Amino acid sequence: MSSTTTAPERVEAPQKGFAGQSIPRKEDRRLVQGQGVYADDVRRHEMGYVHFVRSPYAHAAITSIDVSKAAALEGVYGTLIGEEVAALTDPFFQLSVPPGSEIKDYALAVGKVRFVGDTVAAVVARTRELARDAAELVEVEYEPLPVVIDPQRALDDGAAVLHEDAGSNLVWEGTFDWGDFDAALAEADRVVRIDRLHFDRFSSTPLETSGAVVEYDRGTGQWTLHANNQFPGFAIIMMGPALRAGMDKLRFVSQDIGGGFGNKICTHPQLVALCLLARKLNRPVQWTEWRTDQHTGNSHGNERVFLDVEVPVKADGTMLGFRCKAIDDAGAYSRYEPLGCIIWAQVTPGLYRWRNVHIDFTQVVTNKSPCGPNRGYSRMQHLWFTERLIDIVAHELELDPVEIRKRNYIRAEEMPYETPNGCVYDSGDYARCLDIALGLVGYDGLEERRKEAESRGKLLGVGIGSTLDSGTNNFGQSQLLNPDLQFSGNNEVATVKLDIFGEVVVTLGTTPQGQSHETTASQVVADLLGVTPDDVQVRAGHDSYWNTHAGFSGTYASQFAVTGLGAVKGATEMLADQIRRLAAVILGADGPEGIELDGGFAKRVDNPEAALPFMACGAIINANNAGLPPELDDVTLNCRYVYRPPFQVPDTERKFGNLTLTYAMQIHVCVLEVDPETGVYEILDYAAVDDCGRRIHPQIVEGQVHGATAHGLGAAMFESFPYDEEGTPLAANFYEYHVPHALDMPPLKTDAIESPSPFTSLGTKGMGEGGGASIHAVCAALQDALRAAGNAIVTDSHNPYHRVWELLENPEASRALVRVEAS
Amino acid sequence: MEPVTSAPVSVTINGEVYERDVDARRLLVHFIRDDLMLTGTHIGCDTGNCGACTIHYEGRAIKSCMMLAVQADGASIETIESLAEDGALHPLQQAFSEHHALQCGYCTPGMIMSAKHLLDHNPEPTEGEIRRAIQGNICRCTGYVNIVEAIAAAAKGEVSA
Repeated sequence: MSSTTTAPERVEAPQKGFAGQSIPRKEDRRLVQGQGVYADDVRRHEMGYVHFVRSPYAHAAITSIDVSKAAALEGVYGTLIGEEVAALTDPFFQLSVPPGSEIKDYALAVGKVRFVGDTVAAVVARTRELARDAAELVEVEYEPLPVVIDPQRALDDGAAVLHEDAGSNLVWEGTFDWGDFDAALAEADRVVRIDRLHFDRFSSTPLETSGAVVEYDRGTGQWTLHANNQFPGFAIIMMGPALRAGMDKLRFVSQDIGGGFGNKICTHPQLVALCLLARKLNRPVQWTEWRTDQHTGNSHGNERVFLDVEVPVKADGTMLGFRCKAIDDAGAYSRYEPLGCIIWAQVTPGLYRWRNVHIDFTQVVTNKSPCGPNRGYSRMQHLWFTERLIDIVAHELELDPVEIRKRNYIRAEEMPYETPNGCVYDSGDYARCLDIALGLVGYDGLEERRKEAESRGKLLGVGIGSTLDSGTNNFGQSQLLNPDLQFSGNNEVATVKLDIFGEVVVTLGTTPQGQSHETTASQVVADLLGVTPDDVQVRAGHDSYWNTHAGFSGTYASQFAVTGLGAVKGATEMLADQIRRLAAVILGADGPEGIELDGGFAKRVDNPEAALPFMACGAIINANNAGLPPELDDVTLNCRYVYRPPFQVPDTERKFGNLTLTYAMQIHVCVLEVDPETGVYEILDYAAVDDCGRRIHPQIVEGQVHGATAHGLGAAMFESFPYDEEGTPLAANFYEYHVPHALDMPPLKTDAIESPSPFTSLGTKGMGEGGGASIHAVCAALQDALRAAGNAIVTDSHNPYHRVWELLENPEASRALVRVEAS
Repeated sequence: MEPVTSAPVSVTINGEVYERDVDARRLLVHFIRDDLMLTGTHIGCDTGNCGACTIHYEGRAIKSCMMLAVQADGASIETIESLAEDGALHPLQQAFSEHHALQCGYCTPGMIMSAKHLLDHNPEPTEGEIRRAIQGNICRCTGYVNIVEAIAAAAKGEVSA
């Protein structure tokens, strides 16, 4: 059912050693036995359980909070309310320029609530149940305010304003203009105009919700946070100033994290509340987010509307560019989210050669859950948009969706390819991957299957989703948002040491949530040191007190195979060099070049019988080092390497520069069948072809492709966070928010090619996000299927059965959004 | 008379008898995790949808968030911690690892307990039967592809020793 083959002629880097093999995962032995340690598994003596009191209103002034009844309940340890937070902390640093920079965001709501689920107070008690009981005794009086739900109305005159300090619901606005769009209009034979496209709100909803145990040491003034936050580097930068504490006072620790997908980046407000409680109550405090709270008040993927879209096209199907207005709905607070205004620019042209792009971008706040990173963050919305343009143009101009892609795809021989905004696509062969994907679904025989489906009264459709997974971002892109921000480049750290008994021990700066870092790091180390992955111990988890924490440490944004493994490789090469230098002295070789590492020994190249076991190397330096010559003074066999990708600060005036180092790619093809009576559809065949450069562990890569595909299919078919007109969330748990179950998933066919990145030391590319390719493919397949039943245009990313039924019932409504004009 | 808010509970978990006074509204899963520190059984939702808390209760696979601890008085329970014997993984555990049927590992204990219940009662399941058996278990990492393959492999005995 699932098949992976690698076309060997594309493998330019010969795969020797353990890298490139699907070895057993190091993480599995503990995880299959239930011996992982997740946030909720951490226990401390006499710890108190935290429950947050949350707003039932989408927008309301808080007129009073009375915690006295809760505090009087036996077993309640204490409470925290917004007024205390406002006195004890400073508002979180805001990334945007005015007016977004004026937003005041605290760990708990201060003065007013801005979405259903906004945290108003916290209660700490002896048990989880008691904390919930006590929370019900907290009396909050609200004065409801008018709500803002539709991002297109957020800036209307008279719209309620969420953040009075900002004076407006605007977070950020800017114009992106590259090439010459007016010249493209003049050159075009046709212009396709689309009034509105909408990318829906959903999130990857990791199965483990957010949580932490926080301890405060009154002697040192230090907090230890056993938290499943997936980007401690960012959390510490946000929390330190808010808590008026040095960064070293915030120690982040995690071992296993039960999925993240970006949704565990913005937990700093809750973590600050826990820090205040741990200090106030002088006891460890524990918080595990309830599923309902995760769905209503954690972090949704951002919702984006594209308006007044124009696409100039030549008669032969060459597409010249696009112009539109885009509105991002950040929800109630713009925590990480202003970056969503510019992160899409990593993939400005998608996979295509068009050179003339103009986007007027606006981000607003609304009375909904705050948005934040979500697998494919910000690029997914944009790539969906570019794929919709391709398929709507093809549909309206009666061009073949395969032909129009091949005509407009960036070509393999054009790599590395500089995009109109200065990003450099490193490598890839999109057209070839498309052919492989089409072959997997039997594309040549689809017209016969279409007729056969018609004979049964069904509508068959096929759709392509091409997407990019840009990885290893240049934080300098934040300066496109706010030129005063002092972030640029990127980094990750690893240490590799050889210990007394010859153990090779690796420490990572990352916070994996299933991405198998222990395994892949061991493969890279084993190959460089001439040992096996079993000989390499990679410490599980993250601890910001280890010497492997850097400013951007964490696991997010498709980069481990470049930044994490780049650091591992650098540290291992340092260690290998030190072992050779030591062995050269001990064995009397002619310098370190005269030593090779093989089978756990440092051997003389000219006399392999003269060999020093690693155990002896470790023992000499660590425990038996008298009499060593001074030229070995710097040999510690404990090596730290910081990988920094080669980035420049972008040109903020032109919004031009390289924003990411690598560009993995996926082509998906979906074949589905629609029941025209009901709108119910079923995916019959599905293929995903991946190219993420050199794969260290093909099975792990394929697993990421499967998972990203499932997330995309969920978003396309089932998963949405709708709100009613009063701002009440309508999908607050897994009943209303249906994620794919085993019976929902179609058979998946996978394949891969390898176009090594010329910009990374291992030829690898970050991957795992897949940029929502399955959303693009399902939309395209539905539009293809509906051609024979009213010719509707798919203008929304989320198409549950009832929406397909609406498209069947009233195709004119969607068709009215699209026009073709002569240029 | 004061209302009774706690009750003595005696359960046998993984062959061990545990006797505790338990808050009457405490969920069985919280009893297993918080009182007995058997943290292999996980919690992923509030509503009985996700299956991360799946255990075997009197030989049946159940979601341990859907009953109270006091209801389990006298019962015999098995959790994920019972599967490996003398350091050797259960064939399902081995198959999950070999087929990369887990990434973050959070759903895995519940998934394996559901799969074990299936194979205990249906040693030669079809793919459809496997998918039906785990439809109450949500995985957000794998898309289920490798989970289904792993269960099929375990059923056929296609795992390394």
